[in-house]
Amino acid sequence: MANRAVGAHPLTSPELAVGPALAAQPPAKPEFLIKDSTSQWADRTFQFAMLACGLTVLLLVYLIIYELTTKGTLARHAFGWRFFFQSDWDPVNDRYGALSFVYGTIVSSLLALLIAVPLAIGVAVFITEMSPRWLRTPLAFTTELLAAIPSVIYGLWAIFVLVPLLRQSVQPWLARYLGWTGLVEGPPYGIGMLAAGVILAIMIVPIISSIAREVMTAVPQQQREAVLALGATRWEMIRMGVLGNARAGIWGGIILGLGRALGETMAVTMVIGNRPEIAKSLFAPGYTMASVIANEFSEASGELYLSSLVEVGLALFLVTIVVNVLAQLLVWSVTRGTPARSHV
Amino acid sequence: MGVDIQVEHLNAWFGKTRAVQDITLKMSANHATAIIGPSGCGKSTFVRCINRMHETVPEARVSGQIRIGDLNVYNGTSATQVRRRIGMVFQKPNPFPTMSIYDNVAAGLKLNGFRDRRQLDEIVERSLTMAALWHEVKDALRKQSGASLSGGQQQRLCIARALAVEPQVLLMDEPCSALDPISTSKIEELIFQLKQRYTIVIVTHNMQQASRVAEYTGFFLLGNLIEFDKTEKIFTNPSDKRTEDYITGRFG
Repeated sequence: MANRAVGAHPLTSPELAVGPALAAQPPAKPEFLIKDSTSQWADRTFQFAMLACGLTVLLLVYLIIYELTTKGTLARHAFGWRFFFQSDWDPVNDRYGALSFVYGTIVSSLLALLIAVPLAIGVAVFITEMSPRWLRTPLAFTTELLAAIPSVIYGLWAIFVLVPLLRQSVQPWLARYLGWTGLVEGPPYGIGMLAAGVILAIMIVPIISSIAREVMTAVPQQQREAVLALGATRWEMIRMGVLGNARAGIWGGIILGLGRALGETMAVTMVIGNRPEIAKSLFAPGYTMASVIANEFSEASGELYLSSLVEVGLALFLVTIVVNVLAQLLVWSVTRGTPARSHV
Repeated sequence: MGVDIQVEHLNAWFGKTRAVQDITLKMSANHATAIIGPSGCGKSTFVRCINRMHETVPEARVSGQIRIGDLNVYNGTSATQVRRRIGMVFQKPNPFPTMSIYDNVAAGLKLNGFRDRRQLDEIVERSLTMAALWHEVKDALRKQSGASLSGGQQQRLCIARALAVEPQVLLMDEPCSALDPISTSKIEELIFQLKQRYTIVIVTHNMQQASRVAEYTGFFLLGNLIEFDKTEKIFTNPSDKRTEDYITGRFG
């Protein structure tokens, strides 16, 4: 130890060289220096460990992309780019195309956002601005609890409650009044794209609303008072003073929700109908990228079949990245000029 | 033009605590009235009763009468109607950070459904000029956010925002306590000019400030109005012993 201290701090050596003459010198200084060098060593170890943690993430992403691209090579050679733009999915004749899955994933997720965003923001506004104090905590807690329910349970609930409800009441009503749009027509199976969108919406409401609630709570009281003092009504105060200040954070929550919706597998697989088709009507069954992988992976017999499924996985990965980048660009354009801090 | 503010038997509560006790006074049009007193004496609460901001706090309650010109604040009028006639400037500058300087000033007008572009431009310029901020920000009206200004500029922006809706009364709740001396003197100068058009009520901790800007001064202590008189009289020859103790710095 002493050696290392001297080595690390050459300035101390002349003192030590004086030797016996200064033997009475208090040992405080060398000891302090030794300690200093150990802490330097610890610092370096710490730095290295943290670097390793950071690199692990990069490595993981690399391994996933590597696996997806190599295992999908067979499908890419067989179909090329057409794989992503044709909707045949025919294991018997070994013809594969991912378009209907890409379509199913995007449409079900967008439908989910369409339903979930207004609902989630409404929940957040009610909790932060309108609810009586005693109801606030239980309500916030329950919303968060919704996020903790495993997706298979959502799937079961959807099969036993949501699907019959859609089949018997909602779909006939929609078909009667909005059937002319062509988006809601055909036989009301219950199961299908609409059911998938609704169950996804229910699953992402807690994510969006709890983030929206947090950023809205962080808006300083002075902002609310500033709007009120200008003669604003309560709604105007919420729009200008609260939502206006919290919009960057709310967009962040929406993107997180979208990410969850794109990748959600179990609940969607249970209610979407699992038929590789592109139909205009939301009543028709569909299929998503995540569902087809989960459903068919274990029984994919041929090598081309398996490779095509991996390629679908790659497509899901890419769609998720593209959507996130687009959403990020949207956030930047919407919140340009907004300071990073919400408290000013 | 400013109007008189007549307060009669005003009481204000937070839950069971009475923060303002039976206050009656008249603040004259086109003058500045300073409200002084130690922390927690109810001076902010008193001012917040004038534009009904007090009632936005949970469990807050008010009794008594306030008249602003011919408008009865607590009888037959909605809080939003009252607040549209009264501008308020807060202790901490609170511009809207997500809005440009222009939109900050225009915020109150837009709330009132005002959309005429040309007139909006005029009013924004006039308000910023009145708040002595126009020359500093006229090149960055739409580019810069309200929060990008310095503290003193932000406070003048808040004053411009309050003036844009052409109020009759301007309430200022310790408008300079978060500002440096130079910004403070700018705002005091501003108050001097604004008096010609508005009735101003200013809460302040700073007794020199009260004597500089206000013709009348009210001294509050523990929710009571101890003395209300011409500012000179309050600071040179107060009639109440407690006022004298406070202004000579014996407590508070």
